[in-house]
Amino acid sequence: MSTRTLVSPAALARPRGRAVYWTVFTAVVVLFAIAFLFPVYWMVTGAMKSPDEVAQTPPSLVPKQWHSTGYTDAWDLMQLPQHLWNTVVQATGAWLFQLVFCTAAAYALSKLKPAFGKVILGGILATLMVPAQALVVPKYLTVADLPLIHTSLLNDPLAIWLPAVANAFNLYLLKRFFDQIPRDVLEAAEIDGAGKLRTLWSIVLPMSRPVLGVVSIFALVAVWQDFLWPLMVFSDTGKQPISVALVQLSQNIQLTVLIAAMVIASIPMVALFLVFQRHIIAGISAGSTKG
Amino acid sequence: MTKTAARPPAEAIAVHPVQAPPPAGGRGRRRLADQARAYGFLLGGLVCFALFSWYPAIRAVVIAFQKYTPGSSPEWVGTANFTRVLHDPEFTAAWRNTLTFTLLALVIGFAIPFLLALVLNELRHAKAFFRVVVYLPVMIPPVVSALLWKWFYDPGAGLANEALRFAHLPTSNWSNGADTALVSLVIVATWANMGGTVLIYLAALQSIPGELYEAAELDGASLLQRVRHVTIPQTRFVILMLMLLQIIATMQVFTEPFVITGGGPENATVTVLYLIYKYAFLYNDFGGACALSVMLLVLLGAFSALYLRLTRSGEDEA
Repeated sequence: MSTRTLVSPAALARPRGRAVYWTVFTAVVVLFAIAFLFPVYWMVTGAMKSPDEVAQTPPSLVPKQWHSTGYTDAWDLMQLPQHLWNTVVQATGAWLFQLVFCTAAAYALSKLKPAFGKVILGGILATLMVPAQALVVPKYLTVADLPLIHTSLLNDPLAIWLPAVANAFNLYLLKRFFDQIPRDVLEAAEIDGAGKLRTLWSIVLPMSRPVLGVVSIFALVAVWQDFLWPLMVFSDTGKQPISVALVQLSQNIQLTVLIAAMVIASIPMVALFLVFQRHIIAGISAGSTKG
Repeated sequence: MTKTAARPPAEAIAVHPVQAPPPAGGRGRRRLADQARAYGFLLGGLVCFALFSWYPAIRAVVIAFQKYTPGSSPEWVGTANFTRVLHDPEFTAAWRNTLTFTLLALVIGFAIPFLLALVLNELRHAKAFFRVVVYLPVMIPPVVSALLWKWFYDPGAGLANEALRFAHLPTSNWSNGADTALVSLVIVATWANMGGTVLIYLAALQSIPGELYEAAELDGASLLQRVRHVTIPQTRFVILMLMLLQIIATMQVFTEPFVITGGGPENATVTVLYLIYKYAFLYNDFGGACALSVMLLVLLGAFSALYLRLTRSGEDEA
């Protein structure tokens, strides 16, 4: 099943080819272990060293004594449950808002043929040309004082949820997918007496599970990993997500405790990745080979 | 990054464009009701785009020409914000650092993922392991990566200098030295982000027809010649796309300098986005922040437009 690549199978079959192959293979395994796995190991075990041991030179590869106090202190002193919960609320809300509003909008643009639909789609796609971070300051001012209603969303999870909906990439992904659903299917549903909402819910969404999965993962990861935006909109320490809290607290905290907090902050996303790795990797790979 | 991450399920089903049956009566009202319904579905998304994309984009340009502090009414000041920002000594430093960062990221962070993908594509064992491991740093929150490397770069108990000592090499100041700080940040960013790039290259390499290599080999092409005359031309499109994406992303770098160096030492790592942040939240000068934003917007908008144009034409080809 494996196709021909740069090196021919014949060259690999030769004794010298095989020796070179296994040398390269071992080298890459060692390289990957040092470059990508070791830092993670260092972090997880670093948090279990004593404060003296973590500061000593040369550092010890394995903790002399295993302490769990780093983790328990991080959990209590840094109020990690609170910040983790804030992050969960922000990410889940952003995900739900995106699913509901982006799906509805994509469905309308793809299937309901609204007047000026092309103009609206063009306006949405045009935002892809605007680099997100370059707009954070005017966006912040908008969130701080919403036009017409003059309310501030600062320190409110809505400041994460609502801007998350304005995601042209995800909306376009959904629209493109809905475009592929044949009209006949929807018309058949309509003849059976289903309304537009019913058609969306019972026909379109069940057919769109793969793309909904991709959009969901993108939405969750984006919020969990973001830093600058939550740093701007949550000045209230109690409302901050874990990424912002980590940086704010990193100054005045013992190194072992900080490292433990870093490990705890990484667990949810790494776990999500390990569970869905096949889908995530397939999604990334599929995006490249254009089409 | 991922354009069409999922495959449409219904591709095989033939599409028969069926005209909607003509409405029996009350045609105008029927159409109006349809429109109302369509806009009902659109409303939430439309409001969010208007509020958080279109309006801020227009506002950035407007405020760039105003004296603006929240709470007081704005005042038109012409190009004063631009001249003030341009005369800030940090302005030159920020742009120089940002451009250097982008350039270094292209030199360091561009060749490595390609070479890595090239080698990984030849390996026939433990493929899943390599893919998962190379992507692992991408899933670690950027703030954690930054704090982790800050600790590695620590002049005392840092692992980076320990490794140099182990190899009997002179130690470095890493992120604490004015001349090494920027490179240190590029290394962090490369480590944290290259997983995605490697996976995209791998997919592109796998789509190269094997016959091309076979033919080249029959013509007597050596390994390097095959890379040069088959692999690179065949993946040129993906290389170009990723290069543009990387330029757009690295020119907006913020987390690493903010967390690791705080812009220092001696402004060596102040980036444009960092300066925008400072103008808004330290100096309370939103006019200056928006003037800077507009400059960044214009420059990066050009790259984004180019990127979108190329992807569009790429789609038409396929």
